[in-house]
Amino acid sequence: MNEILLQIDGKEVGAREGMTLLMAARSAGILIPTLCHHEKLEPYGGCRICMVEVESRGSTKLVVACVYQVEKNLVVRTRSEKVDRIRKMILELLLAHAPDAPELQDLAKEYGADKDRFEKEASFCIHCGLCVRYCAEVKKKNAVGFIDRGIRKEISFIPEIASKECWNCKECFPLCPTEALQAAFVLTRALYTSPLSNKNGCGDTYRGQQ
Amino acid sequence: MSRINSLAELEEFRKGILSKRDPNKPCITLCSGSACHASGSEEVAAIIEEELEKQGLSSSVDFRKTGCHGFCERGPIIVIHPEEICYLQIEPKDVPEIISQTIKEKKVIERLLYTDPGANEKIIHESEIPFYKYQERLVFGSNGNIDPKRIDDYLAIGGYSALAKVLFRMTSEEVLSEVKKSNLRGRGGGGFPAGSKWEGSRNALGEIKYVIVNADEGDPGAYMDRALLEGNPHSVLEGLTIGAYVIGSHEGYIYVRQEYPLAVENVNIAIKQAQEYGLLGKNILGSGFDFTVKVHQGAGAFVCGESTALMTALEGRAGEPRPKYVRSNVVGLWGRPSVLNNVETWANVPLIINNGADWFAQLGTENSKGTKIFSLVGKITNTGLVEVPMGMTLRDIIYKIGGGIPGGKRFKAVQTGGPSGGCIPEELLDLEVGFDELTKAGSMMGSGGMIVMDEDTCMVDVARYFLDFLTDESCGKCVPCREGMRQMLKILTNITHGKGKEDDIELLEELSETAGDASLCALGRTAPNPFLSTLRYFRDEYEAHIKEKRCPALSCKELIAYHIDPKKCQACMICLKKCPAEAIAGGKNRIHVIDQEKCTKCGTCFEVCPPRFGAVQKISGEPVPAPIPEEARTIIRESKQK
Repeated sequence: MNEILLQIDGKEVGAREGMTLLMAARSAGILIPTLCHHEKLEPYGGCRICMVEVESRGSTKLVVACVYQVEKNLVVRTRSEKVDRIRKMILELLLAHAPDAPELQDLAKEYGADKDRFEKEASFCIHCGLCVRYCAEVKKKNAVGFIDRGIRKEISFIPEIASKECWNCKECFPLCPTEALQAAFVLTRALYTSPLSNKNGCGDTYRGQQ
Repeated sequence: MSRINSLAELEEFRKGILSKRDPNKPCITLCSGSACHASGSEEVAAIIEEELEKQGLSSSVDFRKTGCHGFCERGPIIVIHPEEICYLQIEPKDVPEIISQTIKEKKVIERLLYTDPGANEKIIHESEIPFYKYQERLVFGSNGNIDPKRIDDYLAIGGYSALAKVLFRMTSEEVLSEVKKSNLRGRGGGGFPAGSKWEGSRNALGEIKYVIVNADEGDPGAYMDRALLEGNPHSVLEGLTIGAYVIGSHEGYIYVRQEYPLAVENVNIAIKQAQEYGLLGKNILGSGFDFTVKVHQGAGAFVCGESTALMTALEGRAGEPRPKYVRSNVVGLWGRPSVLNNVETWANVPLIINNGADWFAQLGTENSKGTKIFSLVGKITNTGLVEVPMGMTLRDIIYKIGGGIPGGKRFKAVQTGGPSGGCIPEELLDLEVGFDELTKAGSMMGSGGMIVMDEDTCMVDVARYFLDFLTDESCGKCVPCREGMRQMLKILTNITHGKGKEDDIELLEELSETAGDASLCALGRTAPNPFLSTLRYFRDEYEAHIKEKRCPALSCKELIAYHIDPKKCQACMICLKKCPAEAIAGGKNRIHVIDQEKCTKCGTCFEVCPPRFGAVQKISGEPVPAPIPEEARTIIRESKQK
């Protein structure tokens, strides 16, 4: 096995080719915060909180640790004034959506983020995509997905699939860092089992058929 | 038509086309692109065909519906060859006269000619009109001479000779070295050297490689790629095929926005005709090289102009950029090496091959070679598409070609590079256009949008407008872009509404830094530019909005008020009658007064008040003067007093 040696926060770290900086750091016990990362899922690079500074061939750049792969002699800094400033801002932006999410609160403490810096937004969802990707990549069901784009983007269960697949699964629930997923699910269930949207006129009967 | 199977057959075929064409035979060309259609060229075309028939000229006069000529402000445009008589803003009613007078009698119709506003002279020839005179129309010029739906027209002007040269007289290494030597840089936004991009793909491992045309032009006000693809699709196909030959690709894609139906139609026709002639498909021109092209219609997302998002969309998934740190020319479409260049970049390639890299590199500045097509829009006299050598100054583009600012207004700024670009102020008008020059000034070349703004434009509102566009067009995947811009838009909107706070500028700068450093793709990383560049050059406007609740351009509705100067009002009743909100009190010989509660600030009164009175005033940052007392409102006219 080809071992690649690199330096993370001043510490020599050995890693396998193809490993991401995040994996290498974790294996060496160095903590890099993440919100959209999950071991079983493809790297997403959406939350950007795992941003670190890397120095290679004389130049410094900012990269996300969950995607960037290890290189020989790379110098990585997981904390710096710049990195901390970015993380603080990302947290403040997300806390406008989910001020009570424990994961965000813990990180906010670490980075001095003010949960009230921005006006509160209506949705709890921080768009980490864990539920969407877990359902697509692990369960291969695509029962929950993103709809729309930009600032109108939100998660939504696809009622036709969700009504068949979700009642007995719910494996995505513990992945959600906020309450948004449960809220969306409750909404979908309410809509799908209401007499108005069901030909049988009774949600329980319909569910009983599954 | 049967296939052309060799270089000799191609040249023979070309000779055949030319021998059937009499250069002295009268030919009417009419611009027929999307912009021309919007100004009525389809109706004009129908009348021309009908009238030629009626006057018995169908066989002795050629009529050609060409692509966009660029001078859209004055479209539809007719040019009559061989004399090159140019008539502008043609309406169906002008057609019978054009045919009976100019075609039959060889007489020029004065009223349809361009009038040079400076010298007040009529100009007969298209090339002498100032709008065209200062341009260098290498890529775009053929648009006016060919019918994009007829491949023979393209062959008649030497089309596909570059491809033939490449396939039969050059190795792929030689072609690559020529493109590299020309220093052709991508015309789509980034300005990355095309040759290096091609080389990366050429050297990348893998049997299957792709070449792609980015025709997902999405900048507000920009339409040069549409005009090229509609007006000269074969030049793009020829360039693409040459690129494919260099990197060893046999499959190409054209990703074109669905909003460009004529471009889709014309490029599909072009592909079909090129295949029939053996210029695309298996064994092109008998050379043994195979290459096919497919057209893919995008669903109208600005972010799909970003290379990895475009490729994701081509694969049939939601158009979101990839987080990978590998270049797409190595790992691109379906994980394979893929060269993506935009329409204009590909269209430059045949020119470079035909004329040589040295010829191409003569034009332009040190690091920006060749020409660039700009879409010149906004507060400019001559709206249209202009192609100029790199290195021309903004001043020359705006004043010599664009004819300056209409309505006697003063120039304020020019926004280049689309939503990710920036605003350049008057003091930098002598800046030479080029990739690095524009970037240094805080803007960018982008794909060539150029929006001219006059003194009535509020620069804070401009930044707000572009942020609004980008929050809508962001894919919403990463936090710094989606959430950062959401907040930036809120703050900018508040400032234009007079609700700005002291520390707003610092907060906007912080949000800009996060978006610029931490966003996933170029859309997010450049999204703060409209704010940063307007702050750099127009900081006083931000401060006036925030500190004095004043909009210096008198543009932000929430910060202005309309007021009638009682000393100037002549009680003419015009504004009173035109006010849609019925907010103006007054009457005959009664000075008019605006009820500020009812006023919707639509500006109608300001526009209709006769300039000789100039009684309606726009004010900002100061209290509206109290209305004059009822008893003082009667105007006693001197003449009637006697």
